[in-house]
Amino acid sequence: MNTRRFIVCLAAGFLLFAGLCPSAWAADSIKIGILGPMSFTQGEGHWNGATMAAEEINAAGGVKVGDKMMQIELVKVDTNEFLSIPDATNAVEMAISRNKVDFLVGGFRTEAVMVMQDIAMDAKKIFIGCGAATVEICTRVTENYDRYKYWFRLTPINAGYLGKVDFTLLGTVGAIMKKTLGLETLKVAVVAEKAAWAEGIVAAAEKTLPEKMGMEIVGIWRPSPVAKDCSAELAAIQRAGAHIVFTTFSSSVGLTFAKQMGELKIPAAAVGINVEAQKSGFWEATNGAGDYVLTINTYAPVKITESTLPFYTKYQERFKEAPNYTAGTYDALQILKAAVEEAGTLDSDALVPFLEKTDLVGTAGREVFDAAHDITWGPGYVTGLGTQWQEGKIQCVWPYNWEGITYEGTVPYKLAPWVVEAWKKKD
Amino acid sequence: MFLDILIDGLIKGSVYALLAIGFSLVLGVARIINIAHTALYMTSAYLIYIGTKQLGLPATVSIGAAIILTILLGLLIYRYFIRPIQEHEAAMLIATIAVAMMLQEVFLMTFGGHYLGVSPLVEGYTTILGVRVTWQHILALGLALVVLVGVRLFLFHTRMGLAIRATAQDREVANLMGMDVTRVAMATMAVSVGLASVAGAIVAPLVTVEPTMWMHPLIMMLAIVVLGGLGSIEGSFVGAYILGFAESMVVFMVPMGSFLKDSVALSIMILVLLVRPEGLFGVFFEEER
Repeated sequence: MNTRRFIVCLAAGFLLFAGLCPSAWAADSIKIGILGPMSFTQGEGHWNGATMAAEEINAAGGVKVGDKMMQIELVKVDTNEFLSIPDATNAVEMAISRNKVDFLVGGFRTEAVMVMQDIAMDAKKIFIGCGAATVEICTRVTENYDRYKYWFRLTPINAGYLGKVDFTLLGTVGAIMKKTLGLETLKVAVVAEKAAWAEGIVAAAEKTLPEKMGMEIVGIWRPSPVAKDCSAELAAIQRAGAHIVFTTFSSSVGLTFAKQMGELKIPAAAVGINVEAQKSGFWEATNGAGDYVLTINTYAPVKITESTLPFYTKYQERFKEAPNYTAGTYDALQILKAAVEEAGTLDSDALVPFLEKTDLVGTAGREVFDAAHDITWGPGYVTGLGTQWQEGKIQCVWPYNWEGITYEGTVPYKLAPWVVEAWKKKD
Repeated sequence: MFLDILIDGLIKGSVYALLAIGFSLVLGVARIINIAHTALYMTSAYLIYIGTKQLGLPATVSIGAAIILTILLGLLIYRYFIRPIQEHEAAMLIATIAVAMMLQEVFLMTFGGHYLGVSPLVEGYTTILGVRVTWQHILALGLALVVLVGVRLFLFHTRMGLAIRATAQDREVANLMGMDVTRVAMATMAVSVGLASVAGAIVAPLVTVEPTMWMHPLIMMLAIVVLGGLGSIEGSFVGAYILGFAESMVVFMVPMGSFLKDSVALSIMILVLLVRPEGLFGVFFEEER
């Protein structure tokens, strides 16, 4: 009887141990922790992009590490960073210590990414960021290279570059409005959520719009990132007679604002950053009131490179939605594969120089890291896109003859009929 | 600017009033601490979404079904989470917070964190004194008034209303007088949850349906009920408009500080309480009962 009990206990203990140490069963695989808020669109983008890449790489035989072919094994790490930063730190700690991941990819909110970055750097894990835009995350690399050299940002382009695209889009729409409606001086309402990353854009707008772009600022509104009602802001904007609303939104307020603006048919063109408008669900969530909203984006059904459209189409067919920029994890895995195969090792210190030399034509453009391990922006590299909702579809409207670039599939920008009607009458 | 504040504040206040009346009834009058009240409003919104968008049912059918199902859920919550601990207010508070969090997690797991939209009952907008207002907002304004009058009539002109007020005043004496206090409490819950559900039907198209949509209204409802005077339905109604006007004033007068509108509204509540700890209509509290 005692012997039987002993055997049962031993078996149970073994099973428990095996359950707690799943990594023991997968020694011949490369474990990549995909970090993201998995219950939200952003996390789904992280996971879906990585899943597609891992499946394609594994189907082609895997990753060649020295003489050995290794399969990619993805570990879903739900950071829950929208609701709790401590959840994010716990999740990444667990991914490193318990799941024994070799690499980390993903992250979204700057506040969470900076903490997760520190944890990853302590463990000397390569971490490719696919979500947070704040410049300072990469500045850390130049300020303390030895500690932060394992960090690379792939997507999106940093907040500084986003600002440049932002003002370019504003100038483009401004020129179209002047030409189409015969307006002389454009009045702009600046609406930016009250968040750290938006401060630089607001400060630049205050200076650039009147001094360099010849536009008049009729007011600056700073709603909460999670505001549930923007009707007062919209009433004030309408009273101010704005032709354009220059938006800077990364949170849910972008949806609220666009929805109410469309429902009230405020006679102004919404241009700028609105992360919610990058998602396929935007149309349904606004009940179609989000038509004509223009936002910076990463993906659209256009040929940025040879791999963009196949990726976009396959992603949409499989996941029933368009990829958002966090689906750049697809390219992140391709970059890791290339670096590992070239270095012939999974050792982080050995891999860093190879990652620094990355020059990959990915789905979002030519991907090259700069000295701060940040993705390079500009003609010939990743440019970003301007996409507009046109009758329920996300259409790329920029670059359109910008620096000689027009991606195949790009369509002209459209002004909302009520904007045309309002300002053609008045002017 | 005055007209803008007037119109916008009135509309905003109506939305808050619609949400606050049911909460005021259950918390202020019946003394049932149900923090899950706005989570039930969220449940109603999700059920309407399921009915209209996923099952393709007509809006009226979806709204009717949502109201019935939400009331049933509210009664189950009362039966299993509130009634056993009704004598212990702190326990009731914590239990209903837990219920609200559970509902949040259920919707998060089922629908993810996606922002969803419910179609308005009445589409389009109108212009009042130069300010554009959607018809759905006007509907909220009208319904807030109807609900206020209806609740008032129910409380003061029906036997059940009298029973609710009597039970709230002294549960034991009401019981000794032969009232079925459990039945009365369940009726109060049903009416209150029904109001939350109606609010969900009217307000959901104005906001975004998502798993944390119950939190902000809860904070505002607590502020409104305390500001108006605990137990006073009219007080909550007036409190709702005060906060609505305060928010509008912040946005129009300090555009750069429009993110402060909630905190300014809540600061007004604190200021009022410093001057009148019983709230604006606290004096009438006992008379109303």
